[in-house]
Amino acid sequence: MGKKSLKDIKDVNEIKELGWDELIPGAALFSFTEPVEDVVEVPMDERPYAPTNSHEWQVGDWRVEKPVYNRDLCIDCQFCWVFCPDMSILSRDKKMIGVIYEHCKGCGICVEVCPTNPKSLLMFPEHLDNNEALKMWPKKEEKEK
Amino acid sequence: MAKKYELNELEVWDGNMAAAQALRQADVDVLAAYPITPSTPIVQNYSKFLADGYVDGDFIMVESEHSAMSGCVAASAAGVRAATATSSQGFALMVEVLYQASGMRLPIVLTVVNRALAAPLNVNGDHSDMYLGRDSGWIQLCSYNPQEAYDLTLMAFKIGEDLNVRLPVMVHQDGFICSHTAQNVYPLQDEEAAKFIGEFKPVNTMLDVANPVTHGVQTEEDWHFEHKARQHNDLMNSFSTIKKVFDEFKDLTGREYDFVYKYKMDDADVAIFALGTTVESARIAADQMREQGIKAGVISLRVFRPFPFNEVAEALKDVKAVATLDRSAPGGTFGALYNEVSAALLAHGKNPVMLNYIYGLGGRDTTIDMLKEVYKELDECAKAGEAKYPLQQFLGLRGPKLAFY
Repeated sequence: MGKKSLKDIKDVNEIKELGWDELIPGAALFSFTEPVEDVVEVPMDERPYAPTNSHEWQVGDWRVEKPVYNRDLCIDCQFCWVFCPDMSILSRDKKMIGVIYEHCKGCGICVEVCPTNPKSLLMFPEHLDNNEALKMWPKKEEKEK
Repeated sequence: MAKKYELNELEVWDGNMAAAQALRQADVDVLAAYPITPSTPIVQNYSKFLADGYVDGDFIMVESEHSAMSGCVAASAAGVRAATATSSQGFALMVEVLYQASGMRLPIVLTVVNRALAAPLNVNGDHSDMYLGRDSGWIQLCSYNPQEAYDLTLMAFKIGEDLNVRLPVMVHQDGFICSHTAQNVYPLQDEEAAKFIGEFKPVNTMLDVANPVTHGVQTEEDWHFEHKARQHNDLMNSFSTIKKVFDEFKDLTGREYDFVYKYKMDDADVAIFALGTTVESARIAADQMREQGIKAGVISLRVFRPFPFNEVAEALKDVKAVATLDRSAPGGTFGALYNEVSAALLAHGKNPVMLNYIYGLGGRDTTIDMLKEVYKELDECAKAGEAKYPLQQFLGLRGPKLAFY
């Protein structure tokens, strides 16, 4: 193993400067800087994320459209939280809080699975302000007789 | 708990049974395998050991060799001992995953029964598959008979799993001539073999749930080069571990292995450099040439990768003419042995006559007489001090003489 351990490094940029003798053989990447027992009970913002964890990598700029969340319509069913492939839905105690835009890639799955009418999550252009988007929200769709 | 397998001091095993017994004694946790001639009996024997209660581990039947090696990669990354066997087309299908295994630094053991590659389809022995694996980052060990296939398979686990190595290891034997030819084998008893190999030591195991780890990551121009450099560094440095394991094995069994195999090389003027079962034929040819007054020797590699560059040059330093015999279609250049042995000699300031013979493709017989012809040509070159023949010839080929360079 090299001079410093990859696990000791806190800053993402420092990893980029590591020499060949300092990397973990096989490019194994650790999620945490220390062992975490019963990780599902530890809230996301309290976990000791390692710099090699994808939590530390901002990929939100891949997005061209973003999901906007409407608290007024949401029934906290947690479908979006379950189905999001990037863990980008923030929810606490089964209460929906919003979308983590640093990690959301704009795939739209949360909008697809949202069961309310009208939907509580809708895709809008990336450049549009969220408050503007909320003003443009569609009305409830009437069932065709 | 697996039953103890009663073994005699001397068993009569073909190369496949020898490899299968070594896998059984290594107490492999996961063996994921897909059958292919001529290596099928390795996994077939192993599955019988399992059915009869002599194996504790799991046997995963998969739908292809690509999946067989993928299963081994997953098991090894999860933190257990994994192994499989294959040949030829199956080896070719595994190639993508061979690079994953070495890049992910997983000490998997692959017993390879060497066979030709199609087309035309052929089930017999040559070294096309061995050569296909030579840049894959695996350690490659070569055996010439069932005893060595057994010994090297046991040692492969101990070498690859060493904490200074952590690389996958292939053990090669020739299709049919070794794999299907029953010969005397002196095995270790189960407990001796288990003690020699030792317990598997998990590293960065995926199943440590308090310490989640990602294996098989993507690295681009920022990291890939450093990781490949580290992998090469550790492969090159594996010589010291290989030597240590060879020494420990000698202490245990009296059977001696070295990076380079030499037969009557001390005073040799001419030498055949070959791999696999051809080594044993060449020994007989060398003895017969010596009766005619020609100082003939045989040299081979026990460790094909990493390539023992300095040891090869040292063993050939006083030889006047060398024939490298490559049992794989060279694809538009010299055979790999020719290139590598020539480079070793050149770097050490030696300049013997170097000839390259392509031979034995698709299981074509290579007789003692053919090898004696090679020695006679080498002897002419040695006496003249220059190449009296084309540098690349085909040995045992029908039709007009085919030669290049």
